[in-house]
Amino acid sequence: MIKLENITKTYPMGKRELTVLSGVNLHIKQGELVAIMGPSGSGKSTILNLIGCLDKPTSGQYYLEDREVSSLNGGELAQVRGKKIGFIFQTFNLLPRLSALANVELGMRYVGGSDRKKAAEALERVGLGERANHRPTELSGGEQQRVAIARALVKNPPLLLADEPTGNLDSKSGEGIISMLTSLHAEQGITLVMITHDANIAHHCQRIIHLKDGQIVTEETV
Amino acid sequence: MSKWLDPITTAWNGVITHKLRSFLTILGIVIGVSAVITLMSVGRGTTASILSTIENIGSDLITISPGSFTFGGVRGGVSQTLTMGDAEAISEQVPNISAVAPSYSSNLQLVVGGENMNSQVTGTTPEYQDINNLEIASGIFFSEQDYQRGSKVAVIGSNIAETLFGEVSPVGQQIRMGGIIARVIGVLESRESMMMMGSSNDALYIPLTAMQQAVAQPRTPQGARVVSSIALTVSDEEQADSVVEEITELLRTRHKLGPVADDDFRIISIEEISSTISEVTGTMTLLLGAIAAISLLVGGIGVMNIMLVSVLERTREIGIRKALGARERDIWGQFLIEAAFLSFAGGIIGVIAGWGISFFIDSMGIMTTLVTPDIVLLAVSVSVGIGLFFGFYPAWNASRLNPIEALRSE
Repeated sequence: MIKLENITKTYPMGKRELTVLSGVNLHIKQGELVAIMGPSGSGKSTILNLIGCLDKPTSGQYYLEDREVSSLNGGELAQVRGKKIGFIFQTFNLLPRLSALANVELGMRYVGGSDRKKAAEALERVGLGERANHRPTELSGGEQQRVAIARALVKNPPLLLADEPTGNLDSKSGEGIISMLTSLHAEQGITLVMITHDANIAHHCQRIIHLKDGQIVTEETV
Repeated sequence: MSKWLDPITTAWNGVITHKLRSFLTILGIVIGVSAVITLMSVGRGTTASILSTIENIGSDLITISPGSFTFGGVRGGVSQTLTMGDAEAISEQVPNISAVAPSYSSNLQLVVGGENMNSQVTGTTPEYQDINNLEIASGIFFSEQDYQRGSKVAVIGSNIAETLFGEVSPVGQQIRMGGIIARVIGVLESRESMMMMGSSNDALYIPLTAMQQAVAQPRTPQGARVVSSIALTVSDEEQADSVVEEITELLRTRHKLGPVADDDFRIISIEEISSTISEVTGTMTLLLGAIAAISLLVGGIGVMNIMLVSVLERTREIGIRKALGARERDIWGQFLIEAAFLSFAGGIIGVIAGWGISFFIDSMGIMTTLVTPDIVLLAVSVSVGIGLFFGFYPAWNASRLNPIEALRSE
């Protein structure tokens, strides 16, 4: 499903270059549930952005479903994001002026067009069918994250990426989100890659990857 | 279906989210478009009213008057070069002419009882009435018979009737002028005057044969009777230019002018005057429109300003959309449609407002206005063009945002 080969990523910092990732090799199989852990500045987010086609590596190859995507142009990457990848963010990133339903519809907007019925079904699945017309500000954090999950899932992507999905939630709502994600993984066989600081959450996953200074230091199988 | 509808609903949401802001932006365009329409309609209306005044005089009219002559390198004043013979020759030899009327004018004192005034008295032939489209308010114009007999009858302009007779009906009354006493047989309908043409309201017409009794009609050294002008009408307006050419040719031959000598006469055709006026007023209309277009430009800059702010405000939204699979052109299109929508709405409202204002100006009698479809089309297309032009840069800015940085922004 995901194959990173000798990936490096550097950012220009004035006259010097800041190396964020140096020679990362990573294979993730279809249907795997993987956690990425590491201290801040270790390159977790950068790896997730690269996997999510939001960014391109400075060197190295990235194969997504056997397709070399690191050489694609901006428009093609956008298409890959739209069709293959669902994002879940720490800060939910819902559009504040749209209703929950419209936010979910937005998930289909750039891949085939909006479909109200499908959006309503996706909201049902995350247990928010009755709150479809509420705006994000009228929902709790946990509910907002569930709307975000519905938005990510509505187009049935094979890959789901979550960047600290419980980072802004209290522990109870966080547990709800994690159990929802793990059951989605179990029921639909979706590939899920998640960044987390929380060792308890990481132990729900099948494999934990530890990053430090832009390199994978250990991989443990749970 | 929603694939086509989505971008439009997105743009619409963008517009209604900030109602006051959108309203003010649209207002800028409205002012610009309505100013263009109002000023251009004033220009067009003025043109139309001037031209219709000219049409009144008769667009088939050609007037020949004696021109300045050059003598030993010195340009002289008004000469006495046109003769009765010239008028007869034109009438006989130049084709496509429907009527010719020579006339001799002189400034005379008119006396009625105790009242008196100075006026231009014109002796002419009966054809003069038709040639100049003179309308009779009461009485009649003099006839061919009056002309043949040298009857002392006069047709007077409305101003003269008012000054000399006041409330009394002038028809049948007598006026002394020069060496004769003439009986008034007709009063002319008052009509709008054209500055350069002189007004029939202040004129008095008698048969040329009677004029010869009132004042001495001068003669050329060769003994031909001199006329002050020759008026004629062409039978086909299309032929006006060739008629002018042929008369020029004929008169030059008759006046024995060498190939390098200047014409000693001037030929003015109404056709020519009206096309000159159309040209001048057309330029004036364009100038008015261009001045108004400046406010349209300012409105366009307003659109750009608002779009730049809007893009900045929605940086995070753009990042989210990009993460969800929006391509550059999706983002670009979203903001461009929004800008075009603002300016198109401004254009439509501006057309209605501009139309209303010019209707108001016209109905209040302040000025004649004329709203033509091309003005409306111009104003609307320019306003949409401005929206697209000034929306382009902000939309392009938005589409080029880096999704990761956009998602991080507050």
